[in-house]
Amino acid sequence: MHGFANPARFLRIARWLTPALLLSGLVMAGAALAWGLTGLPAERLQGDTVRIVLVHVPTAWLGMAGWSVIAGASLVELVWRHPLAAIAARAAAAPGAVFAALCLASGSLWGRPAWGTWWVWDGRLTSMLVLLFLYFAYMALAGAVDREGGSTRIPAIFGLVGAINIPIIHYSVIWWNSLHQAPSLSMGSSAMAAAFLVPLTAATVGFSLLFGGVVLARMRAILAGVQAEARLRRRALEA
Amino acid sequence: MREALDQWTFVVAAYAVTIAATLALVAWSWLEMRLAERRRDEGRKR
Repeated sequence: MHGFANPARFLRIARWLTPALLLSGLVMAGAALAWGLTGLPAERLQGDTVRIVLVHVPTAWLGMAGWSVIAGASLVELVWRHPLAAIAARAAAAPGAVFAALCLASGSLWGRPAWGTWWVWDGRLTSMLVLLFLYFAYMALAGAVDREGGSTRIPAIFGLVGAINIPIIHYSVIWWNSLHQAPSLSMGSSAMAAAFLVPLTAATVGFSLLFGGVVLARMRAILAGVQAEARLRRRALEA
Repeated sequence: MREALDQWTFVVAAYAVTIAATLALVAWSWLEMRLAERRRDEGRKR
C-alpha cells in the first residue's frame, strides 16, 4: 500500500486507469439502465416503479461508499501521513455528495407512487439526508483548510467521526419502524428475483466503475494543482 | 378518492435525473483534470 502513496507511481497507473474505468463504467451502467427501461418486467405489487431500483440502489451504495473512502483515507492520512491520502479523501467528497443527493431524489420519486408521499422523517431517509449535509460540511471544511492553510488533520478527524453515520444508515431499517423496506440483499443471500438481481448487479458495478474513474480524475486534478503550486514556490525562493 | 399516478412519469424522471447528474459529474471531473494537468505542464515548459 505504501508504494501507491508515491505520486509518480500513482500517476503512471492513473493515466490509463482513469479513462478505462470511465469508459467501462459508462458502457456497463448504460447497458444496465437500458435493460431496466426496456427489458425488466413490472413487479406484482409495485408495478413499473420497481425499475427505479436500478438507479436508487447504486446511488445509495455509492453515497455511503464515498464517505467510507473519506474515512479510510483520513485514517491513512492520520496514521501514516501518506501524501495521497488527503487528496483521495477530498476527491471522493463531491462524487459522494452527488450520489447521496441522487439517492434521495430517486428515492423520493419512488416513494411518491409507492408510499403516496415524497418524504417521511424516518430513520433511513433522515440518516441519508444527514450524510448529504456531512458531505457539504466536509467540503466546506477541507476547502477552508486548503485556502487558509490550516492543519489537514482537522478534515481528516471530521471524516473519521462522520463515519459513525454509515452503520446508522445501514441498520436504520432494522432498528426503527420505517416505511422503507428492510434490506433485500445481504452477504450471501438475496430476497430478489434473478430478473431484477442481474441488471441491478450490472448497474451497481457500472456506477462503481464510474465513481472510481471520477475519483481518480479528481485526484489527478488536485495533484496537478499541488505540483504547479510547489513549482511556483520553488521559483519564487530561487529568484 | 385515490389519485391516478402514471408510474412511468416517475420512472423516467428518476432515470433522467440520475443520468444527467452522473454525466455532468463525469464531464466536470474530466475537464477539471485536463485543465489542471495542462496548466502544470505549461508551467514546467516555462
